[in-house]
Amino acid sequence: ERRERSRRRKGKAEHETSGHEGNKRERDQTRANKNEEKIESGDQLKEKEKALGVKKKKKRRKKVVETSSEPETSEDGDDEEEVNNDGEVRPELLSPEELEKLKEAVDEKKKLIQSLRGKPWPMKQKLVTLRESQLFVEKYEGALGKGKGRKLYAYKVMMTKKWMKFQRDFENFKIACIPWEMKIKEIESHFGSSVASYFIFLRWMYGINMILFSLTFGLVMVPEALMGRAYGSIPRKTVPRAEEAGAMDFAVLWDFGGYAQYSVLFYGYYNNQRAIGWFKFRMPLSYFLVGVGTVAYSYMVVIRTMARNANESGIGDDNSFNFSWKMFTSWDYLIGNPETADNKFASITTSFKEAILEEQESRKDDNIHLTRFLRVLANFLVLCCLAGSGYLIYFVVRRSQKFALDGLENHTWWERNEVNMVMSLLGMFCPMLFDVISTLENYHPRVALQWQLGRIFALFLGNLYTFIIALMDAINLKRKEEKVVKYNITMWEATLYNGTGSENSTAPPITIHPADVPRGPCWETMVGQEFVRLIISDTMTTYITLLIGDFLRAVLVRFLNHCWCWDLEAGFPSYSEFDVSGNVLGLIFNQGMIWMGAFYAPCLPALNLLRLHVSMYLQCWAVMCCNVPQERVFKASGSNNFYMAMLLVILFLSTLPAIYTIVTIPPSFDCGPFSGKNRMFDVIQETLESDFPAWFSKVFSYASNPGLVLPFILLMVLAIYYLQSTSKSYKEANVELKKKLQMVIQRLDNF
Amino acid sequence: MGTTASQLAKDSLSEYQELTFLTKQEILLAHRRFTELLDRDERNHPNPRVPMEVILTLPELKSNPFKTRICQVFSTSEDKDGSLTFEDFLDLLSAFSDSATLEIKSHYAFRIFDFDDDGTLDCGDLEKLVNCLTGETEDTRLSSEEMRQLINNILDESDIDKDGTVNLSEFQHVISRSPDFVSSFKIVL
Repeated sequence: ERRERSRRRKGKAEHETSGHEGNKRERDQTRANKNEEKIESGDQLKEKEKALGVKKKKKRRKKVVETSSEPETSEDGDDEEEVNNDGEVRPELLSPEELEKLKEAVDEKKKLIQSLRGKPWPMKQKLVTLRESQLFVEKYEGALGKGKGRKLYAYKVMMTKKWMKFQRDFENFKIACIPWEMKIKEIESHFGSSVASYFIFLRWMYGINMILFSLTFGLVMVPEALMGRAYGSIPRKTVPRAEEAGAMDFAVLWDFGGYAQYSVLFYGYYNNQRAIGWFKFRMPLSYFLVGVGTVAYSYMVVIRTMARNANESGIGDDNSFNFSWKMFTSWDYLIGNPETADNKFASITTSFKEAILEEQESRKDDNIHLTRFLRVLANFLVLCCLAGSGYLIYFVVRRSQKFALDGLENHTWWERNEVNMVMSLLGMFCPMLFDVISTLENYHPRVALQWQLGRIFALFLGNLYTFIIALMDAINLKRKEEKVVKYNITMWEATLYNGTGSENSTAPPITIHPADVPRGPCWETMVGQEFVRLIISDTMTTYITLLIGDFLRAVLVRFLNHCWCWDLEAGFPSYSEFDVSGNVLGLIFNQGMIWMGAFYAPCLPALNLLRLHVSMYLQCWAVMCCNVPQERVFKASGSNNFYMAMLLVILFLSTLPAIYTIVTIPPSFDCGPFSGKNRMFDVIQETLESDFPAWFSKVFSYASNPGLVLPFILLMVLAIYYLQSTSKSYKEANVELKKKLQMVIQRLDNF
Repeated sequence: MGTTASQLAKDSLSEYQELTFLTKQEILLAHRRFTELLDRDERNHPNPRVPMEVILTLPELKSNPFKTRICQVFSTSEDKDGSLTFEDFLDLLSAFSDSATLEIKSHYAFRIFDFDDDGTLDCGDLEKLVNCLTGETEDTRLSSEEMRQLINNILDESDIDKDGTVNLSEFQHVISRSPDFVSSFKIVL
């Protein structure tokens, strides 16, 4: 009766009453219903139970969020009538609408249970609500099913419960599977989230490479190894007689020649047989599709991550809350190390002081002309550097081609590996040079960092493309050679047959050992080999720099400090800081090289996987052992999308050369899965014609008609333009609304 | 309710999973770390309560400038002394976990920054907040002139109704647009 109405339930809470959160519990009002007796737990029943013949029902909206907090006046109860105080709800007695309402109530209770974890209540309160709601649901859910379709309903309910449990277990399992969580957490607590973000990025890259590896390994390397023809059966799979002597030498293997070259690791080994094995695995088709698929997958993953980051950060470059953000969000709660905490305090203080200063006085640019001149000079120097490094690489590649023509054995180790070493050394020293030059420019540190990153990016890009151009020259050379070899082979075959009789004779065919057949220069394998060598030398350089630059330096500073004139730890050189942006860039470019070379050397993703695995452990150890926390701590988040954007650009730029070679250069005549075809993508045409029903290829030929493709492209461009302009107008509307809000509130205040 | 001895009952475990953002492993780990903080005799107590000084020895909280406020906000003790039961501890970890929503994090952040517990952030609260952030030593503190300027700037930006204080909705409005908040407001055991 009335007394029940006047009892408050601790059930729903209310958000956003005027700031009376704090330790008061929000109670909700339930218009309690008269005829209810208690549920076992002794709490009040909800209104739906009133379904027992109550004449007037006040509909209570069981919205979880805002329920009005009307005072518990007795006006609620006045209208209610006394109803039979009978306890149990008999669902059979209920009319269909009442059944419906009961079902609604049960659903709302379920929703409440789902949303409980997001409520800012103490655990006790949540537990009470949970148990109540669960009891209610159990009690009435089974009952609801009576009558028609009861068994089905009960079954559905049980399946939903099982499904939710399964989902929860699966989530737990997925989280437990994430590798290196503890390591990263340790680094986070010591160094803060910006250094940890590099390792999280590394782990993400590892995941991508794992997928790429499984694609190339499972669909390309394994089928050829298991079901293709064995080593030594056909010429392309055998080490030529001339190279046999040195094929097992370690030096040759390290260079990926000898037995390593004539294996599933490289393009040249694959046979162009259309279907292999007992279930007719289409090898050339699979090779081509895996190549395309790796690129497509990478695009998809990168773009999806970018979109997700963009969503989460909202309109991230909003500058209207500068100070508030510095105040409320600058502390990194993951920091567990006192030294890092001190650094963080210092950096927060500096950033406050700076921001206040900037706000107070406008920048008095004293001597703006000198600054401008210095900046122009700095950019000019940087351009000279870039041009110089590009030329150096070109020169070195030409030289190495000359060496190759003379035969590799006549040269020293340095001369053989010149290209790779030069590229790696440039990658190591030029950024330091850029750093020195940038002191001329006198920018704000964050702006200077962006300039630095941009320049390193340009450096790596320039080097890579020079390398590719030089590679193109080498390819053309090999193709010319191929023509010569083809001609020679016809001559050689003619002599063979002539030697054993006339051409019309029925003499048994001559068996020639595959190692003796003259071989064409396989330019695709050469490209693959170049990339593999580049990656290996890059890896070696990185690790050696790490060991010398960080570890050795730390050891020297630590132990020589006792006997040195000045304090090594505080002054020069002191311990090194972890260079997040440099490392991230290195990782991105490494990945770009993988994407470029993966088509010609299916072993590249496997190699990269190994490299990333080792890097993770090595760098984790190095960072904990030799580095100190950074003095200036920057926001990690702003750079996240920046790195993704760079990754996307690199992905695009690195797939361009591969696509160019696939589309324009005819494949070698005697090696690889596409040998004998005019162009590599002819394999698609062939598959369409022979493996699919006739109407399929007709449809495709219509679809690839330029008359259809061009309008489609036009349509997509228009759609992009439309979406762009809509998003711009939304942003403007947003700003307008904000202003309106402020005006309205001020006006309200004036009342 | 509560946890007994050194084992967490299975149905309690599933209830806690339902009511917090933590996974099963995290809850078990939290239980283990919590029992390590208790002395022998307290462990058999049905619903042990750990005093604030002991909680603050946890490495995750030790270096945090807001450690006392965090304990006070999550504590359900009658004497407001910042002591935590295991369920309070779970509440704390849930609000600071990776999968917690922005609403719940901003709600608790507001309460943590509200030093005098009056439901709004006024100048006194903001000043204490800045002092917490700039550390203990003299040379890292801001001068009173700078402090005044800073607080004025903050109120300019966040105080929409111009009443001189920042209430919960204004706070949540400011925080929701910050890209860093969710990732920095995190504690992981």
